[in-house]
Amino acid sequence: MTAQTLSDMLRARFGDAVTGGKLEGVHDPWIAIAPGRARDICALLRDDPATAFDVLMCLSGMDYGGGKLGVVYHLDSTTQHHRIVLKTEVTAADPHVASVESVWKTANWHEREAFDLFGVVFDGHPDLRRILMPDDWEGFPLRKDFRVPEFYNGMKVPY
Amino acid sequence: MEETMTQPPVTPVAPQATPQGPATVAGFARALKTEEMVISMGPQHPSTHGVLRLELVVDGEVVVDVIPHIGYLHRCFEKHCEHMTNYQQVIPYADRMDYVAAMSNELGYVVAAERLLKITVPERVEYIRVIMAEFSRIVSHLIAIGTYGMDIGAFTPFLYCMRDRERVLDIFEQTCGARLLYNYMWIGGLSHDVPANFAEKVNDFCRYFRPKIRELNDLLSYNKIFIKRTANVGVLPAAVALNYGVSGPVLRGSGVAWDLRKNDPYSVYGKLDFEIPVGKGLKGTVGDCWDRYMVRVHEMEQSVNIIEQAVAKLPPGDIAAAIPKRIRPEAGDIYARTETPKGELGYYIVADGTASPFRVKVKSPCFVNLSALPAMSRGAMIADIVAILGSIDIVLGEVDR
Amino acid sequence: MKELLLDALHNEALVYTLMAFVPLAWVVPFALFAVWWERKISAHMQDRLGPMRTGGWHGWAQTIADILKLIQKEDIIPAAADRKLYILAPYLVFAGSYAAYAAIPFSAAYVGAGINIGLFYVISISSLVVVGLLMAGWASNNKWSLFGAMRSAAQIVSYEVPVALAILAVVMVSGSFDLQEINRQQAGWFWHWFVFQKFPFLFGALLIYFVASLAEVNRTPFDIPEAESELVAGYHTEYGGMRFALLFLSEYANMFAVSAIASTLFFGGWNSPFGEALAGPVWGLFWFLTKGMAFIFVQMWLRWTLPRLRVDQLMYVGWKVLIPFSFVIVLGVGFWVMALR
Repeated sequence: MTAQTLSDMLRARFGDAVTGGKLEGVHDPWIAIAPGRARDICALLRDDPATAFDVLMCLSGMDYGGGKLGVVYHLDSTTQHHRIVLKTEVTAADPHVASVESVWKTANWHEREAFDLFGVVFDGHPDLRRILMPDDWEGFPLRKDFRVPEFYNGMKVPY
Repeated sequence: MEETMTQPPVTPVAPQATPQGPATVAGFARALKTEEMVISMGPQHPSTHGVLRLELVVDGEVVVDVIPHIGYLHRCFEKHCEHMTNYQQVIPYADRMDYVAAMSNELGYVVAAERLLKITVPERVEYIRVIMAEFSRIVSHLIAIGTYGMDIGAFTPFLYCMRDRERVLDIFEQTCGARLLYNYMWIGGLSHDVPANFAEKVNDFCRYFRPKIRELNDLLSYNKIFIKRTANVGVLPAAVALNYGVSGPVLRGSGVAWDLRKNDPYSVYGKLDFEIPVGKGLKGTVGDCWDRYMVRVHEMEQSVNIIEQAVAKLPPGDIAAAIPKRIRPEAGDIYARTETPKGELGYYIVADGTASPFRVKVKSPCFVNLSALPAMSRGAMIADIVAILGSIDIVLGEVDR
Repeated sequence: MKELLLDALHNEALVYTLMAFVPLAWVVPFALFAVWWERKISAHMQDRLGPMRTGGWHGWAQTIADILKLIQKEDIIPAAADRKLYILAPYLVFAGSYAAYAAIPFSAAYVGAGINIGLFYVISISSLVVVGLLMAGWASNNKWSLFGAMRSAAQIVSYEVPVALAILAVVMVSGSFDLQEINRQQAGWFWHWFVFQKFPFLFGALLIYFVASLAEVNRTPFDIPEAESELVAGYHTEYGGMRFALLFLSEYANMFAVSAIASTLFFGGWNSPFGEALAGPVWGLFWFLTKGMAFIFVQMWLRWTLPRLRVDQLMYVGWKVLIPFSFVIVLGVGFWVMALR
């Protein structure tokens, strides 16, 4: 299935939850989706036999700068041999994205990591807590405007 | 000797004031107050393959739940990448993720960067990269197998694996000067050409190593006690494996014939002839620890085949011809994946048109494989947790980046 | 020997105390040697060299250097540990292993205490080790030590049964519990040794005894109580310095004790394999020690070759494999002996 067909199918099914995308002239064609509908869209992409995206290759948090965060999903199908990229965008003020953990268990730890490092909150995730940073860390390290705190638990952070 | 393997988990009995029912054994058992114990395996532990903390909730010897805690080795690789002044500068950092098989990490990154920059490298470079990647596969599997034997209690195979690994590290050292962390594969080429008698050395190693795999099989793989400890333990069904996104020998051990070198080829793997070993449940169930272990042993044999073919086909050429002087990709992003010894390593590189990357996200196979540990450990005993963890083959440097 | 000392000193208590130290003259140098030997054996089996420098020739002084190091270590007791039990435990473990030496005849001329129920005494007193191990695991206030101690208790207690049954087969043939008497009955050339009698029953008894005794001394493949890769160091995780040295010494003492019993019961003890040639009190000591060391070598060999069994598999082997076989052997020997009468 080509990216164009896929995009058309999603637009037909989900209407304005598909907010854009770029399918030509890029290394990986991508489709922009609304953050609140991520779970529904991904569930369809996994279960529909024509698309059969049974593997979530990667789920990345992003900080686009200017208070805009995002999540990028790379999906792969072991049976249909096609890939697609989904992108969502949220603001740092209201960083809520629907969790796709119930669709692919891969997302469990990946979403925890995106939460830990970017502060994106995944609604519906069963256990959203920090994974790489210590549990009592303050701040979201991979954001572009992150400043290293001077003290952590009374210890001076040297650099 | 037939026996039931792991017992079903014992559900704890709620404390009661008086036994219910007549004074039977069952009545006393119901009244017996048992508590689950929470015990921490790690972060300092001989068998967790690094700084990993496994919180085990146990009822006697049976593990009711296992909760991994990671992040002890987080070294901010992704944040560092954003502050590099050059895409080439990322490579030494990439080495240090899976420090056991560093060449594979480098290969993943340069494949992604070269696709982003639309560079094609000379064929000689591709063949040398494949040889180095397969050597790193052998080296990684030797450690996986050796330490796995040690976790199960067989101390000797570890030393034999280390001895064989030293010979590969000698070849690495003769090529690029380093034994463990190389900074060898650069975007567009390599840092050093191979030494003059490279083909001879490589063929010597391949001749030396094949009988050693047989020796390993005699000593460990088909040992009855080893099979008893690993067969039917930690079974991961194929559907669960795919849903968790596991890859590499863990996925192939569950019977799924998926290897990026065949299913999504990169470099010159399309021109080489090799097989993909898949777990078949020969000694137990498909997807148990023994299957994953044997997939690694067979992969080492296949890697030797690949190396021999590649070194025979190695064309002459210049290894530095295509290294770009300035790397300034146009804005865009790419996700490229390679088959490392641990599984599918993916680099998602986002370029913004400047000389340093905007974002480099690493999809680490060990990170994903480790997340499947609780699913594999239902009803296991503490000794089984060690066996299952060893069969996943994690390197904490890659889990935490 | 007892008579000599009594004549000289006229003080029974003193004499008995002195005689209690005599096996120590073997046990301590043996432990020092055995640690070095184990390191060399394991090294050569693993395609490496082992200690090479301490003392010059193949690092023979390595263990001595280790003991010196352990002696001068700070004695640390975990703050939350049960002090009295923690301190007492290594002594109990050592006492359990060492007390068995009282009844083992080193030569025709020397046996610590010639008890006529010597064998029975040896099996019973070595069970004291379990109490010590449990104490060590519990008093350490460490969950991993507790696991090691629990596993150890279960293992040792379970494997006492096949040990006892295998020994019972030998007792049926010899008619006596007295170890010196058992030795005397195996006098002559090596085919008089019990391992070749009532074939194949006593040979089976030897195999069962040897395997079960590996479990008694916590050696691989039954070393889960101290399984390094799971429990850090099991019941002796929290022990350091001389306390650890004492536990280590007890382990090697125990190893030799069970090897000595195996060689006494099945391989003629202090008897020479050539009948009257190369026999005598001093030669007897030589043969006894050699046979014991041969068993030690096999124990070490197995440790570095085999993986370890999981605890439930270990229990399975003990209860469902060794005990039925040993029952069959006891029955077989019993019928054979009765038929001869």
